[in-house]
Amino acid sequence: MTMLPLRELCGYRAGDKGDIANVALFADDDETYELLLREVTPERVKAHFGSMVGGSVTRYEARNVLALNFVMHGALGGGGPRSLRSDNLGKTLGGSLVRLEIDAPAALAGRRRPRPDVSWADEILRG
Amino acid sequence: MTVKIAGGQGFYGDTPASVGPLIDAGVDYLCLEALAELTLAILQKDRQRDESRGYTRDLPRYLAAALPAIADGKTKVITNAGGINPTAAARAAIDAAREHGVHGLKVATVLGDDLMTRLTDLRAAGASLAHADTGTSFDEFPGPPLFASAYLGARPIVDALRQGADIVITGRVADAALFLAPCVFEHGWSFDDWDRLAAGTLVGHLLECSGQAAGGNFSGRWWDLPRPWDLPYPIADVEADGTAVITKPAGSGGRVDFDTVRHQLLYEVHDPAAYVSPDVVADFTSATFADLGDDRVRVTDVRGRPATDSYKMLLAHHAGWSGEARVAFSWPDAYEKAKATAAIFKRRVEMAALPVQEWCLEYWGVDALGGPTSPRPSVTCEPPECGLRVAWRCDDPKIAALVGRELVPLSLSGPAAGLTGMGRGMGGGSPSELLGIWPTLVDKSLVDAHVTVALEEVSA
Repeated sequence: MTMLPLRELCGYRAGDKGDIANVALFADDDETYELLLREVTPERVKAHFGSMVGGSVTRYEARNVLALNFVMHGALGGGGPRSLRSDNLGKTLGGSLVRLEIDAPAALAGRRRPRPDVSWADEILRG
Repeated sequence: MTVKIAGGQGFYGDTPASVGPLIDAGVDYLCLEALAELTLAILQKDRQRDESRGYTRDLPRYLAAALPAIADGKTKVITNAGGINPTAAARAAIDAAREHGVHGLKVATVLGDDLMTRLTDLRAAGASLAHADTGTSFDEFPGPPLFASAYLGARPIVDALRQGADIVITGRVADAALFLAPCVFEHGWSFDDWDRLAAGTLVGHLLECSGQAAGGNFSGRWWDLPRPWDLPYPIADVEADGTAVITKPAGSGGRVDFDTVRHQLLYEVHDPAAYVSPDVVADFTSATFADLGDDRVRVTDVRGRPATDSYKMLLAHHAGWSGEARVAFSWPDAYEKAKATAAIFKRRVEMAALPVQEWCLEYWGVDALGGPTSPRPSVTCEPPECGLRVAWRCDDPKIAALVGRELVPLSLSGPAAGLTGMGRGMGGGSPSELLGIWPTLVDKSLVDAHVTVALEEVSA
């Protein structure tokens, strides 16, 4: 077994409702989905976010799209219009979640999701 | 028969430039979703300043691009741009039509979602209005409510379409209902055909956040999207059996594929097997997605269960005043300098006897966004620079404004070397009002009898 950050294993999207944030994780195949199901428990997600999430974390499964959805209560400093945080809508919480490292089978040890190639941006910015 | 529906707006502040390509694609319905939870709060502040406001005022700019197609009978517009003042929004729509020389259109206004003047009645009729997330009793509601809106469903919009409306303006309706309504109307779905209602609701959910279905806010290969500066807004071709194909205007940038669509499927969703809308409880986990290639994703097999007896309702209350200020430090010891400056600032605010109810300290470049999930700075992990953002909450707006001034003298008289502002205005601008939101449930029977549709024809 080897430790691998979720960043190498799945995609993510975060959203808000009141003081509740949700982060969905998206696996690319069944094997990775099963791994996430086993390793990324709501308890681990709650511990990972520490003081950022005041309330409970619930996990929902959407196997049809190989996704897990984490619903985190008390996660936005009181909710959008009340929060003092810069990220008052929790838009960046997906990136924060995929920092979490999990035990992955050796076969996945070298696994990396592709890194962005933004050479087109360099071209525009040079102009 | 296929109904072609487009999501032309995802929030108040989105771009009306989306409309042209969608109209050119021949959409039957242009749905404009303008309201987030935060938006009602913004509109409430707007209405406090001017009673004739309280709707999203970019509506005429959206309509300007769509009016020729509306006048030709090719496209209808459905929007919740009415916010907390749909009547004023309808007035603006009618004015916009006249300005463009378009007459004879029918503009419908859906009323009855605004429950501000009915709160006492609702309570007397047995509505508890307890906080839906915390269970807190309404007796402990902090201060007078600033708005109180129920999330209506598709029914009144369908009524408006049956009466021949070309433009339907609502206040707070559930986002997906804007898109479900034309499916129900065109395909003659009944309001107890749960699977069909679930399919239309899922389609609405996929379209309601504009570019997010076509590669916006996307964690997949976002850097690979064609023409990313011109992301298209999504279109759904919906069949009578509820089958839908999610796509985008031909020749546009961005991408619609399985990955972009599933990202949107779970956006702001709690239990995906029970997506509770006013019209149906949709099971998003029952759906089958097929990537057909060429920016087409087919959705089938969506199942639904009977709708609940209640509407979601959102109230807001005043929650104090906030101010904020930003400074920054370069290497070396940037994080330590920022932390020391935050502490000195707090102490100076105490010395000035300015009462602060809550502080929020953010160290940009260290953990401002990631909080405890970020690696801790150390000798081997020293940030090259660090921005300090301090935000505070005060009961009194005058105090909130004074707090920031205690930071400014530290540019010469703070011990940490090399403090700089971040652009102009080190001490922060004028304070903003904070609003607390209070989600609750209200029995449908207490709301429905008051929901009305007003129709007005645009005269010359």
